[in-house]
Amino acid sequence: MASITLEGLKKTYSGNVDAVKGIDLAIEDGEFVVLVGPSGCGKSTLLRMVAGLESITDGTLKIGDREVNNLEPAERDIAMVFQNYALYPHMTVYNNLAYGLKNRGFKKDQIEERVQTAAKMLEIADFLQRKPRQLSGGQRQRVAMGRALVRDPAAFLFDEPLSNLDAKLRVQMRVEIKQLQRRLKTTSLYVTHDQLEAMTLGDRLVVLNGGQIEQVGTPMEIYARPASMFVAGFIGSPAMNMLPLDYLHGQGSGALLHDLPENTDIVGIRPDDMLLQPPESAYLQVDATLMLYEAAGAESHLYVQLADSEQPTVIRTSGQPPVSEGDTLAFYIARDALHPFNSASGKRTGD
Amino acid sequence: MVENRPWANFFAHLMLIGGVALVVFPVYIAIVASTQAPGDLLRGSLPMLPGSHGWENYKAMWSTGLSRAGAPPAGHMLWNSFVMAMAITIGKLSISLLSAFAIVYFRFRFRMFFFWLIFITLMLPVEVRIIPTYQVVADLSMLNSFAGLSIPLIASATATFLFRQFFMTVPEEMLEAARVDGAGPLKFFKDILMPLSITNIAALFVIMFIYGWNQYLWPLLITTDPDYYTIVMGIQRMTSEENPQWHLIMAAVVLAALPPVLVILFMQRLFVKGLTETEK
Repeated sequence: MASITLEGLKKTYSGNVDAVKGIDLAIEDGEFVVLVGPSGCGKSTLLRMVAGLESITDGTLKIGDREVNNLEPAERDIAMVFQNYALYPHMTVYNNLAYGLKNRGFKKDQIEERVQTAAKMLEIADFLQRKPRQLSGGQRQRVAMGRALVRDPAAFLFDEPLSNLDAKLRVQMRVEIKQLQRRLKTTSLYVTHDQLEAMTLGDRLVVLNGGQIEQVGTPMEIYARPASMFVAGFIGSPAMNMLPLDYLHGQGSGALLHDLPENTDIVGIRPDDMLLQPPESAYLQVDATLMLYEAAGAESHLYVQLADSEQPTVIRTSGQPPVSEGDTLAFYIARDALHPFNSASGKRTGD
Repeated sequence: MVENRPWANFFAHLMLIGGVALVVFPVYIAIVASTQAPGDLLRGSLPMLPGSHGWENYKAMWSTGLSRAGAPPAGHMLWNSFVMAMAITIGKLSISLLSAFAIVYFRFRFRMFFFWLIFITLMLPVEVRIIPTYQVVADLSMLNSFAGLSIPLIASATATFLFRQFFMTVPEEMLEAARVDGAGPLKFFKDILMPLSITNIAALFVIMFIYGWNQYLWPLLITTDPDYYTIVMGIQRMTSEENPQWHLIMAAVVLAALPPVLVILFMQRLFVKGLTETEK
C-alpha cells in the first residue's frame, strides 16, 4: 500500500496535442480517488500514465516514495481493471488470476492460496475452471477484479470498469467495489464519466476538464460548493440551472441579491432548490410556465419556461405535485441556495 | 433458405451429385488403374473395375520404384516430399508469426516500409524469381539438399499478412493487461498471442503443407541426385520414359495424394474453425 503523488504531470501527443496539461495531485495511502469528467477530458490518459501504459511527457509520478516515471507497468506494483475486462480468453478463470503471479515467480502453493482467497472474496470460486466466454458480464467483471486483487498491489487502477454492465448490475457492483475497497484499504484511482458513480464511490473527487483539474474535494464539498460553472453543470443530475443575475433583478428580487460577491453576473440554482412552497428563510420568487412534466416515481422533473425569458429550466420535486402542463406556477428559491459565478472566468465568485 | 419444393430439392441434389462425380471420377480411375496387371492399360480400353494386382503394384512402387526411368522407390520420395513440405510449413509459420508480431506490436523506424516490402513480394511467385533464386542457391552450394529445397520457399507474405490482420483484431487491452501482469514481449507472444491464433495457425498449416507438398518446378530444377527427388517431380520422371508403366505410375499418384488428404482429415475441425470464426 502506498500513496500516489502527481507533480506537474503532462502528456503531449505528437502534433502538439496536449491531452494532460500539468496535473498536481496527492493521493493518500488507502484513499479512494475518482477522476471524473466528460469524454476527452484526459482522465483515462492520466490513469494510463499512472499505470505506465502511456509515457509521461513532463512532471514526476511517485508511488510511495519511489519515482516511477520510467518503470514498466509490472514494476510499479499496481493492478488495473480494464473497461472491457481484457481477460485472456483461452485461459481458465483460475489461470487468468494466476498468470500475473506466475510471471512474478510465486510458488505453486502460494498461487493456489491467493487465488482461492480472492475467488472466495469475489464469489467466483465456483467458476475457477471455466473459460471467460462461459461467464456473464457481471462474472467477468468479478474475474477482472480478482486478477487485480490476487496481486495485493500498492494501488488499484480502475478504468471505467462498470460501463459495460447493465444498469442494475452496475449499481450492485458499485456497492461491492466500495465495500471491497473499505475492507482492503488499498489506495485506488478510479476513472468514470458517470457523475453518480463518482459521487457514491470516491472519498475524494477530481473533476477534470480539457486536461486540467477543475476542482478537487469530497463529493459533498463539490456538490455543495462547485468551484466553477463547469463543475456545477457536470456534477448533479439534472444539471444545475444557470440564470443571469440581471434576470433575477428584473423579477423584483433585487433587495436580496446585492450582498452577492463582486463580479457575480450569473447565478446557479440546483433543480431541487426550486421549491413549490415558500421556504422559511429569505427567498426569491420566480414565475414560470410548465412545459413538460416527467413523473419518475419517487421524484418528478418539471421542465419550465421562466416568465420573460427563453431560458429552459429544470425543477426537481419529490413525489408528484398536483400541477399539469401549461400551468403558470410560482417557484421559490431560498437565498442561501444560490451559487454565484462570473460568466467570463467561469469561476465561482467570492472564494 | 427454408423452402420446401421437391423439384428444387431434386435438382439441387442432381447438381451436387454431378459435381462430386466429376471430381471423384479421375481419382477413381487412378485407383482402378493402379490395381491392373502390367499390360492391361495399354490395350486401348480403360478398365472400369479394380484389378487384382493392387498389392504387388504398390509394393513394387514403394520399395523398388522405377529404377529404369531413374526414379527411386516411392517410399523414399514420399519421405523427401514430407521433409520438404514440413520444413516449408514450419518455416513459413514461424517466420510469418514473428514478422507479423514485429509489425503489429513494435514501433520502429520504417515499420510501414517493411510491411509494404513484405506485401510487395506477394506479387513475385516462385516462378517469376526462379532464375535468380537458382543462382543464389547454387552459389551457396545448396543444390541437392533439403536446405535448398525448402529455404527459398519459406518466406511468406500471405501468411504474414493474414497473421497481421488477425493480430490487429486482438484488443489492445490484452497486451496492456499482460504488461501489467508482468509479461514481456516474448512472453506475451508465447502465452497469449500464440494460443489465441491456434486456429489460424492450423488453417495455414494445412494450406502451407499442401503448397509445399505440391511444389514441382523448384525441386525439378535444383535436384539432380535421385536421393533428393520428391514424389511430385518423381512422377513426372516416370511418365517421360518411352514405355510408361502406367499401373505403377498410378500407384505412385495415389500414394502422393494420400498425405495431404491425411493432413486435412486430422486438422479439418481446426481448419474450418480457423477460416470461419475468431475466438475472442
